Amino acid sequence: MTWEIVIGLEVHTQLSTNTKIFSGASTAFGAEPNTQADAVSLALPGVLPVLNKGAVERAIKFGLATGAHIAPRSVFARKNYFYPDLPKGYQISQFDLPVVGQGSLTIQVEPLSGNAKPYEKTVRITRAHLEEDAGKSVHGESQGVTGVDLNRAGTPLLEIVSEPDMCSAAEAVAYAKALHTLVRWIGICDGNMQEGSFRCDVNVSVRKPGQPLGTRREIKNLNSFKFMQQAIDYEVQWQIDTIENGGKVQQATILFNPDTGETRAMRSKEDAHDYRYFPDPDLLPLEISEEWKERVRATLPELPQTKQARYVNQLGLSAYDASILTSSREMADFFEITVHSFMSQVLSDMNTSAARPADPIVAKSCANWIIGEVGAQLNRDGLDMSQCPITALQLGGMLMRIADGTISNSGAKEVFRTMWAEGGDADAIIEAKGLKQVSDSGAIEAIVDGVMAANADKVAEYRSGKDKLFGFFVGAAMKASQGKANPAQLNEVLKKKLAA
Amino acid sequence: MIESSLSQMGAALRAKKISSVELTQLYLDRIAQLNPELNAYITTRPEASLAQARAADARIAAGTAEALTGIPFGQKDIFCAKDWLTTCGSKMLHNFVSPYDAHVISQFNNAGAVNLGKTNMDEFAMGSSNETSHYGIVKNPWDKARVPGGSSGGTASAIAARLCAAATGTDTGGSIRQPAALCGISGLKPTYGVVSRYGMIAFASSLDQAGPMGRNAEDLALMLNTMAGFDERDSTSLQREKEDYARDLNKPLNGLRIGIPKEFFAEGLGSDVAKAVEAAIAEYKKLGAVIVDISLPNTRLSIPVYYVLAPAEASSNLSRFDGVRYGYRAPAYTDLADMYEKSRAQGFGAEVQRRIMIGTYVLSHGYYDAYYLQAQKIRRLIAQDFVEAYKHCDVIMGPTSPSTAFKLGEKGDDPVQMYLSDIYTIAVNLAGLPGMSIPCGFGDNNMPVGLQIIGNYFDEARMLNVAHQYQLATDWHSRAPQGL
Repeated sequence: MTWEIVIGLEVHTQLSTNTKIFSGASTAFGAEPNTQADAVSLALPGVLPVLNKGAVERAIKFGLATGAHIAPRSVFARKNYFYPDLPKGYQISQFDLPVVGQGSLTIQVEPLSGNAKPYEKTVRITRAHLEEDAGKSVHGESQGVTGVDLNRAGTPLLEIVSEPDMCSAAEAVAYAKALHTLVRWIGICDGNMQEGSFRCDVNVSVRKPGQPLGTRREIKNLNSFKFMQQAIDYEVQWQIDTIENGGKVQQATILFNPDTGETRAMRSKEDAHDYRYFPDPDLLPLEISEEWKERVRATLPELPQTKQARYVNQLGLSAYDASILTSSREMADFFEITVHSFMSQVLSDMNTSAARPADPIVAKSCANWIIGEVGAQLNRDGLDMSQCPITALQLGGMLMRIADGTISNSGAKEVFRTMWAEGGDADAIIEAKGLKQVSDSGAIEAIVDGVMAANADKVAEYRSGKDKLFGFFVGAAMKASQGKANPAQLNEVLKKKLAA
Repeated sequence: MIESSLSQMGAALRAKKISSVELTQLYLDRIAQLNPELNAYITTRPEASLAQARAADARIAAGTAEALTGIPFGQKDIFCAKDWLTTCGSKMLHNFVSPYDAHVISQFNNAGAVNLGKTNMDEFAMGSSNETSHYGIVKNPWDKARVPGGSSGGTASAIAARLCAAATGTDTGGSIRQPAALCGISGLKPTYGVVSRYGMIAFASSLDQAGPMGRNAEDLALMLNTMAGFDERDSTSLQREKEDYARDLNKPLNGLRIGIPKEFFAEGLGSDVAKAVEAAIAEYKKLGAVIVDISLPNTRLSIPVYYVLAPAEASSNLSRFDGVRYGYRAPAYTDLADMYEKSRAQGFGAEVQRRIMIGTYVLSHGYYDAYYLQAQKIRRLIAQDFVEAYKHCDVIMGPTSPSTAFKLGEKGDDPVQMYLSDIYTIAVNLAGLPGMSIPCGFGDNNMPVGLQIIGNYFDEARMLNVAHQYQLATDWHSRAPQGL
């Protein structure tokens, strides 16, 4: 019996403003408790919220990047409930009139099991709204006492709500990852999941194909993609087992325990709060003019999906390469600068200033090096692209030296290793290490002559039909050149002379 | 000196006929003598007041004095003032010493004014008699067996008893105008957004507005010049050019069209009040004004609308008083929920709890549309009534309160009866319009009667002109209670 899985996500992204959404207090992570709690964060009597324009602009950016409707007028509402880390006794959020309306995000899904092929899917985004983060309750600092740290209270959040469009853990994770890439890409969130900058709530239900939606349970506060996948897998199985054993799924909010790999109910629907939403009378409706929207649009970088398409269509890269190269803005920038520096050297060597689109061969070679060597080294050293010890200009310079025959591929690997470990430009390393190829035809002919003279018997065997010996001559000649002979040239000379 | 207008006091100070220290001491002595009985002030800090007075004298000596420099004012205890106990009339804030100044307080401080003390008020400004204060009832200086009105009852009582030169109030449903009327003084609630609400403890954010209270319209104009102005810390503060509210005080009233709403003279209005108000209108005719009969048909709905919207906002605004970070916390509790329940049950008085419950109810799931949304719609209709009326008149006049000051305890058991005493003032807050009350005679038991003047949006200067011209022609405003 097959089951259909239905998943929707609510993602809380902390917006990367320097100050809070309704006050001038700092949002920096990790300060001493309550040192970033100003009068507004503490909800002293008489204080009032003043909206941070930077937070609004980040919301607009997100809306534009997902092709969403930006509400010309949206409203801040109060969500009322009591909790020690909620100093006002209400959270300022948006309820029936959010700033960002319906949009969508196209994702690349890599199925987790079997031989299924990667595929593309478009997930609809229901809405995204601005709200303030709560503080934190700190338990166990001393016996029987709970502390409250209000540094985080008032940090701007954009809550991004998807439609229940995902039907596997793989799709949910792919969507979360694409969202994570996007918010960092457009510079609205640092994406630091350990620090809670990007937190996911996952709504999961199961049903028989063609049946109405099943009862959902909401897994709260997942802060790693790995946990998200584990939590969904566990939860889906739990719901199926429950129903197949004759039980009923009750609507509930649940938590995932990474240590046990299980989910457990936190509160049921009966305990659900009546939040008594109403428009916050301390804040005017948020009005966004066309002009403001267009000003923000002008600051948007080329988006990952646009880039991907361009890499495939103009640079001839595979969809796979294009998706890896656009997995972060740093990666894409690295790739584009590498290509650009490569191309500009070609142009300057040709003594021409004529603009020329990037060559697919150049692009492919850059992509191979970045995805292959650079990626492997970063992985090995546990670094991300922003911490890469070599620059794109350095890599481009080196690739140029492969292209113009100065170094061989094996020489390039040596240059690359040195560059990674010690720094320096390709030309300097080639010079210092004597890695320059011998491309002088006279010198290569002399080497070949020497090798043939020293191996006259093998020459005779070759000429009598033992073609396989060609490899032997290449090896011997390369050795005689101390590995510096231009392999293509060497091949050519050898062929010619052996055939003579 | 204590009968002088603010401009006369300012002139005397700048001419060094009296020092600010002397003037401040004069008031402090009166407070020491009369406050124990009137209970108009919750907190005084004579040393802090005198220090401000010395600074004002230095400023006068240096020749940098402004209009209000050196003049001693009372400040309603709803305004946060740095280093001052700021209670809002509640046990909940019995120990809250504010670490910051409200916008209104800094405006007075910057002007070099002296803060004489924090005046008593109904708890969280919820009341019309000043009987809900945790710090005791306030007495009306005209008859100490009667209420001063509320919620700015301490301010009104202090001004009437000459315990300050003038003082601040706030008005959510009539809390400046009604006590001004009941204590025989003048008070102005400006257009919503004219005075910043920053640092003013919120009751109902969409209705709350601070304003000046004093002995005459000219004083109110000077105070409003100091209090008004854009403040970026309040998102509902209006960005307008600075204006001089005293600029039109001396304009003649020839041709002024006064709208008289028939609904303000219907059932429920005391005949003594009606008589005094009608006499005042007759006086205005003598001054050249024209009377226009108007109707504000939806005004009758203003009390039910107000008692949905104001408690709704209040129930949320007062959630921050939870015993966690400051203010009252119950001495014993079993867990978090118990701590909240006990702290709030013990920290808030009955009227505040009543309104929190009403507000919580009307915002609840399933009731929101029927109450809150419906009330918002009617609120717009009420505002629309005024827009229509101002097509035919320049100001609207009527009684401020249906009766003169009632006896202490008289309406204590019947909240609805108490709510009805704000029937003429509430619509003004719902519409966001400016309104004022000035003394216009005496009713039964020789208690003061207030004339309400309602202006169009941003028409404070004209209202002050209208009030001032009346006060030039009459002397009700300069009568003082005897036998204190």
